[in-house]
Amino acid sequence: MKVVIDRELCQGHGRCFSIAPSIFDFDELGNGVVIGDGSLDENTVEMARLAQANCPEHAIFIEE
Amino acid sequence: MTFKAPVQDFATDWDHTDPRWVANPYPIWDDLRERCPVAHTERYGGGWFPTTHEMVSEIANDVEHFSSRLVVVNHNKFPEGAPPAPMGGAPPITSDPPFHQIARRVMLPALSPGVVNALEPQIRDLCAKHLDALKGQEYFDAGSQYAQFISPGVITRMLGFPEEDEDLFREFVHLVLDLIDLPTEQRVPLFEPLVQYFTKQIEDHLENPRDDFTSYLLNVQVGGKRLAPEHVRGTMVLTLVAGIDTTWSAIGSSLWHLASHPRDLERLVNEPEIMGLAVEEFLRFYAPVTMARTLKDDFEFHGCAMKKDDWVLLGFPAANRDPAAFEDAGQFIIDRAHNRHAAFGLGIHRCAGSNLARLELRVAIEEFIKRFARFELADPQAVTWAQGQVRGPRNIPIRVGS
Repeated sequence: MKVVIDRELCQGHGRCFSIAPSIFDFDELGNGVVIGDGSLDENTVEMARLAQANCPEHAIFIEE
Repeated sequence: MTFKAPVQDFATDWDHTDPRWVANPYPIWDDLRERCPVAHTERYGGGWFPTTHEMVSEIANDVEHFSSRLVVVNHNKFPEGAPPAPMGGAPPITSDPPFHQIARRVMLPALSPGVVNALEPQIRDLCAKHLDALKGQEYFDAGSQYAQFISPGVITRMLGFPEEDEDLFREFVHLVLDLIDLPTEQRVPLFEPLVQYFTKQIEDHLENPRDDFTSYLLNVQVGGKRLAPEHVRGTMVLTLVAGIDTTWSAIGSSLWHLASHPRDLERLVNEPEIMGLAVEEFLRFYAPVTMARTLKDDFEFHGCAMKKDDWVLLGFPAANRDPAAFEDAGQFIIDRAHNRHAAFGLGIHRCAGSNLARLELRVAIEEFIKRFARFELADPQAVTWAQGQVRGPRNIPIRVGS
């Protein structure tokens, strides 16, 4: 499983990297970026889902 | 204040300055959402008020039909001499694409989480200073004696203006946001001292550059060129207006909530780990900011025949109470886990200062409840709410308990 941020949709609300700082970071404009290649395991997938459920722009996608 | 006819039906004659709307808008919005869901008015030269999260999001993301050139509803839509598109008077909030993106890219690096988070110790000190002044008092006003000082203090330091000028800024913001019913010929001259103040500050920063947002704006280059003077000035106005009243209102609403909901206060005191969730729920439930758009051309929106230059009051706070978007939307749930709220707007105009606002809100509440673990409204009837597009309590008389 992999998490990705749609850079077109992200507007930098900052929810993802606040909720799951081990999975997401921010760039120089404050937009969300995925750390590394975004691979998820059973320990991290729930946090990624929580971030997804809090993104106001629906910009986070989890690929099965 | 000019006399206004009382609103008979908000569905066909809404007015966001109506005393009932100012006192408690939520039942009005819930009713409109079920009945309309886009309300209309002939006031202010014609306007619309969508109440569902889906429609608010749709309009916020439709920059082809809806312009941001004017974001505060008033009676004088495009007066002579109004700042022209695409920049508008306070870029980037008043800018449309493609200029908007340029102005926003200038601003965002200075407000990114990395930069903003470094301000936390200063904000904490500022809160502590104002709380020290309240030591030993059983009764005080958490609005006028605490909440209203925090954001002016932060913004003044950020822009590099003298700290003693904080009071001036509260007056300026009142002028822009609250006095929308004054006729143009009375309203415009009131801005003159603000214009002169900014000129003085810009001159001072040009002579004595320093590490603050004003010097940053004066020196930043886009495509090898410095920003136009009206761009620098406009962004400074935006920082002042958007950075003060908004956050102060959010802090005030949160303290008002805690003063009137003892169980939530107790949880927050005993479980500091839920603070992050609580801040988001304060933002959802008491979102202070409503923005406006104007129609670029005639446009049919979900059966509404919108006309060129009509207003759209973009009710992010109403979207945040939409049951189609939030479970138990009308309930304040202090540890709500799923909270896609739109308090900072949606789309390309997401509040540029949201990282700072969130930090100020969290620190202001943390410091307050550290000093006062128990407090309640001393006089619920004495609480007054700001009129206009920024909602928050201006007076919060409380009694602290031991």
